[in-house]
This record gives sequence, structure tokens and C-alpha cells, in this order.
Amino acid sequence: MTRYLLTRAGQAVLVLWAAFTASYVLLQLLPGDSILIKFQNPELGLSPQQIADIRAYYSGGSPIGEYLRTLSGFLTGGFGYSIDTGTPVVERLGEALPETARLASAAFALAVLLAVVIAFVASYSRTSWLRGALLSVPSLFISVPAFWLGILLIQVFSFRLRLVPVIGGGELQQLVLPVVTLAVPISAPIAQVLARGIDQVYAQPFVPVIAAKGATRWWILWRHVARNAVLPTLTVAGLTFGELIAGSVVTETVFGRNGIGRLTEQAVTAQDTPVMLAVVVLAAAVFVLVNLVVDVLFPVLDPRLKAAS
Amino acid sequence: MRAGLILSWTVIAVVLLWAVVPGLFTGYDPIAGVPVEKLQAPSGQHLFGTDAVGRDVFARVVHGAVNSLSGAFVAVAVGLLLGTLLGLLAGSLGGVTDAAVMRVVDVLLSVPGLLLALVMIILLGPGTVNVAVAVGVGSVAAFARLSRSEVVRVRRTDYVEAAFGSGGRFTAVLWRHVLPNSLGPVVALAALQFGVAILAISTLGFLGYGAEPPTPEWGLLIAEGRNYLATSWWLTTLPGAVVVAVVLAAGRISRSIAKESS
Repeated sequence: MTRYLLTRAGQAVLVLWAAFTASYVLLQLLPGDSILIKFQNPELGLSPQQIADIRAYYSGGSPIGEYLRTLSGFLTGGFGYSIDTGTPVVERLGEALPETARLASAAFALAVLLAVVIAFVASYSRTSWLRGALLSVPSLFISVPAFWLGILLIQVFSFRLRLVPVIGGGELQQLVLPVVTLAVPISAPIAQVLARGIDQVYAQPFVPVIAAKGATRWWILWRHVARNAVLPTLTVAGLTFGELIAGSVVTETVFGRNGIGRLTEQAVTAQDTPVMLAVVVLAAAVFVLVNLVVDVLFPVLDPRLKAAS
Repeated sequence: MRAGLILSWTVIAVVLLWAVVPGLFTGYDPIAGVPVEKLQAPSGQHLFGTDAVGRDVFARVVHGAVNSLSGAFVAVAVGLLLGTLLGLLAGSLGGVTDAAVMRVVDVLLSVPGLLLALVMIILLGPGTVNVAVAVGVGSVAAFARLSRSEVVRVRRTDYVEAAFGSGGRFTAVLWRHVLPNSLGPVVALAALQFGVAILAISTLGFLGYGAEPPTPEWGLLIAEGRNYLATSWWLTTLPGAVVVAVVLAAGRISRSIAKESS
């Protein structure tokens, strides 16, 4: 068990390091000179010497040296300085993170809820058209552009029904539409895997045995079938965490919220490579960490796996 | 559900025709507007209404098809070629190559596709072709993983062993037996990725990294309509509905290919 944990943790660290290195190298290939773009404006009145100094400040001499300096910076929590605003990247991330964390955690909770409702009602229902309709909901959900969904929600709930104010309103009111926008595409894969898992478990011989013993359909679904279908669902739910951060780029842009997504969008527009590097590493870290937790949970949730290892 | 499949192929066929012969579907100019007719609601005259400068929205959607579709084709081509090549190498060579390639794939999978595409856009700069390439790079990992698993499966089959046993050269066997037989699920993924790419390209277009205005690009169209949300719902709703229809159709076709190849 400890061996399994250590191997998985080691792999996670390795993936994270590789993600950092790959995006670092990619962003270094940048043909445009973002420092020059920002500081060459004559109105700033900087001499070529000063620009050279700024460049020396941002870079660390040799390419390898700079890479090592950036890496050690990341390991100690220093992500360098934003080229766009000149402030420490940590500061910008710190300002943006709580907003996105609230949005993403609420959206994840809603996505799981949606997925469970879709999969459970579809499996429990004996009406075939209802079942068919519910099972095609996930394909619809992943086919909807998130930015369009957000705009549609604003249109219907803010402008038509006037339920949610466009500007102002309480924190909770402001959160509702973005959370739905972010949750809908993420709920789709979770619902698909959960529904498929439930179907597979139903096909196993122990289900008719329990039914023959007189268990109600609801009891079988809740107590026996769903429990066994949870494991693959957990894996997929873990995989969606990266999408939460990617989805926040769109959601926060549409709803004008200042979070990691908005920061990413600004970083791309301003070619702010230090910020972009930090965002990519953050996304990879969240993804790797969540999936590590899922892997650790697996043997805990399913004793058969513990016995096997 | 055959009806759904036929409908899906019809949607794709119509959109392809939009891209090839837009003039057949609309007589309006997608770029030059008629200011007098601005912001009209959908009607028999203007199927999708008109925008703020009096351009027919349906004409812009029809003429925009070529941008979205060619972008999606480029994206799928990039993902398919790079990914399948990686998967083929990893699956057939095995050993160190396999391990190395699959670790690279793990890393690519740990960064969400949209973020990867955004990194590529920082690198390549905005523009329609760059956006398409960026989206394609984001799908390399998925293609690599699937084609590798297919290659590994096919390699163990008797006919491949027999081909090797009867003196077939490595590359020849790979090309004649392994590749064609592992392609089914990969083609299904390509169909799915076609829809995903349209979605991603319109998202990047919406964020402003794709086509420049006044080019009619689906994501950009929706972004432009955002400023008239309170009064003119058709500017955003109808182009978005077209995107949903195309992506849904691609997904449905992908599922039917996957079913037939298994």
C-alpha cells in the first residue's frame, strides 16, 4: 500500500515537473519580445540601456541558468513578475484564486448533482422515452459552447425574467449563472460514465439475487448498484478538474468576473509569459493532485483492490 | 435512432455545402450591411434577423461555415497525424519508446486542452490558422493514447504474427496490417474531435484570438452580438444554435462509426 502510494506520488511529481518544463520551453520559443513591446513606447522615456537592464532583470543569463532559476522559483513559491503589470505573479494569482475557487467548487458540486440526477432517474425510470431522453442529455451538454450558454442564461434570466440582476446583487445571486454555465459541460462526462456504470452493474448476477430476496428497486439501485458504479465515475470526476480551470476562462470572461480565467485571458492577450506559465502549472498541479487523491481513494472505497495489491 | 443519424449527416452535408457554395443559400452580402435594416428580428426576409449594421445574420452564419469547417479540418488533421504517428510508434516499438511517448502524453493530458491551445496562441499569435493548429495540438494526446491501445491490441493478433512470421518487413507489416486494422476507433475519435474542434475554435474566436472582424466566424459572430443582448436575442442565440447542431451531429456520427468498427 505505501509502495503504491509512493510510486503514484512520484509519478505525479514527475508529470508536474514535465508539464512545467514543457510549457516553459514552449513559452520561451516566443518570437515576439514582450518586454520590448511593453517598454519600447517612447512615452515611457526609457533609454536602450534601461531596457537592457529590465531585460537582464527578467532573464537570468544563460538559458539553462534561467530555467533553473525559474524552476527553483516555482519550488519556493516565487513565480516571477508579470510582464504586463510588473507586480509579482504570486500576488495576481492570489487575488484571482479565491474567486475561481468559489466558482469552480460550486460548479463541480452542481455538475455532480446534475450527473447523479440524470443517471439515477434514467436508470430507475421504466418509461423508455424518458430514459432515452435523459441519456441523450449529456451529448447535448457537451455540444453546447459554454460562452453561448452563459450568454443565453443572461438573456433569459437577467433580461427576460429579470430574476438575476445584470450588475450588482448579492454574491450568491452573482454566482448562480456562472456556476450553471461552468457546471453543464462538466456534468456530461460524469453522467455518461455513471449511467454506463450503473447499466453494467445491473447486468451482474448478484442483482437478480437481491431482487429475489425482496429488495425494492430503489434499495437495489441506491445500496448495491450505485455503490459499485461509483468507482469509474470517480476517475472521470477527477479528470474534469482540469476542465474546471479551462472552463473558467470562458465563464469569467462572459460574466466579467476577476478570477484565474480572466487572468489567463489577459495573459494571452498581453503575451504575459510568466503569468501564463504559472496558470498552466497551477492547472496541471490541480489536475495531478486531484487524480492522485482519486487513486489513493480507490483502494479505500473498494476493498477488492486493496486485497489485489 | 436511425433517424437521428440521418439527420446528423444531413446537418453536416448542409453545413459543408454552406462552406463550398454559400451563394446557393443566401443572396445577402455577409460583410456589407444595409444600415436602414439594422437590428431587425428574424422574419421571412431575414431568417436570422439582421445585426447592428444591417447585415443579414443568416448570410454571416452561412459564409462563416468555411472558416469554422476548414479550421476544424486543420485541427483534426494536426491531432490525427501527430497523435496517430506517436501512438503507432509507441504501440509498435514498445519498450523505452513506448514509455517515453506515453509519459509525454500523460503530461499533455494533465494540461486542459483550452489552456494548451492558449499557450500555442501566445506562441503563434492569433489568427484563424494558428487557432486551428493550437486546437489540433490540444487533441494530440487523445489520438496518441487511443491509437497506441489499438496498435497494441492488433499487434497481438494472429494475422500480424503470421505476417511477421512469413518474413514481412516491420514497416510493411505496420502499414499493410496494423494501421488499417487499428484505424476504426481512431476515425470515430476524429469525427468526435471534429465537433470538439468546432466548439474550441468558436470559443477561441469568441475570446478574440481567431478571425478578425468583419470576417464572419461563428464564435466572433456571437461575441459581436453580446453588445445587443438586451434587445436583439437573435444575434447570439441563432448562430450558437447552429454551432450546437453541428457539434451534436459530429458526436452522433462519431458514435455510429465507433459502433460499426467494434
